[in-house]
Amino acid sequence: MPVSVANSQIIYDALKACDVSLVSALPETWLVHLIRMAEDDPEMTLVRLAKEEEGVGISAGAHLAGAKSAMLMQNHGFLASINGIVSLAHLYKIPLLMLISYRGELGEPDPWQTQGGGVTVPLLDTLGIPWDRLDDPASVEHRIRKAQTLANAAHKPVALLLCRDLMWEA
Amino acid sequence: MQRIEALRAIYPQLDDVVVVTIMGAVAAELQSIGHRPNFFYLQHAMGLASSMGLGIALSRPELKVVVFDGDGSVLMNLGGLTTLARYRPPNLVHVVFDNESLLSVGGFPTATSTGSDLAGIAREAGVPRTAEVEGVEAFSAAFDEALAANELTTLVAKVEPVGPPGFITDLPLLENRFQFARHLRTMGQ
Repeated sequence: MPVSVANSQIIYDALKACDVSLVSALPETWLVHLIRMAEDDPEMTLVRLAKEEEGVGISAGAHLAGAKSAMLMQNHGFLASINGIVSLAHLYKIPLLMLISYRGELGEPDPWQTQGGGVTVPLLDTLGIPWDRLDDPASVEHRIRKAQTLANAAHKPVALLLCRDLMWEA
Repeated sequence: MQRIEALRAIYPQLDDVVVVTIMGAVAAELQSIGHRPNFFYLQHAMGLASSMGLGIALSRPELKVVVFDGDGSVLMNLGGLTTLARYRPPNLVHVVFDNESLLSVGGFPTATSTGSDLAGIAREAGVPRTAEVEGVEAFSAAFDEALAANELTTLVAKVEPVGPPGFITDLPLLENRFQFARHLRTMGQ
């Protein structure tokens, strides 16, 4: 499977360096190595979800309880989480660190992923969620740390888009 | 049994546990009995109170966490029951007040009014302890057992579809949120 193990490891190590101790996730092709790394790490609490919106509640609970968390999801999982983002994270000013696999952008071969890709960034903008791309391994750790810093300072969700150039080995 | 009677019966046991409630009548009634800094009221995001409870319980295993959920909210996040069961934190007590109604938005009947059995759904999802109770004494006893059990419990309490005259209280959402987070830092030490 040509999902990049090396770049997944860079992302995972960056989350650890930011003291993330809980990760919620729903499996997605690009996320398989990240999820396995979380599962194999005795210091990490991995919560496998039935639907991504649960992750908003779990991360909100973790935050109020004093733990740093991250959410791993596909952009369709982001779409499925929007009510929770608005009516929990935004309403109660809860920081969320969302890592969203950005399917459907240029280079997407799967027809079924193309619709979600086109609305991801417009929806993030409409919701007022700051976002950045993770497309270069050299800037991954820096951008994850900056995203977490802003989420905590602004008490709001911040999104990082896991891009094809980072996640997929052509 | 009215829900507020059930809440009054167990209120003394909520002193040193973390409490998360759903919106509407449950939040207003618990506040009418007496707000405490260890109580968080999720006044929207239907379905996610149990997920919040899971996040707290996993992050702070030394604390007992109680979620006051409702039939309408659980029905919006039935998958969440499978996630609770999967991780089954022993420090989480999940109470579901089942009035068979979406009371806070006009009293429309939920699927529990036509036979859907939430305790049964929780049990088959894999929640290790489940029960359905009616009446204040039975509820109070089952709640105390659940708190002492040290095993994930979903306790469905059948209640009448009656609530308070209004749902707006004088506790702003953000005051509750920041007070709760600050208080949790002092608990369990």
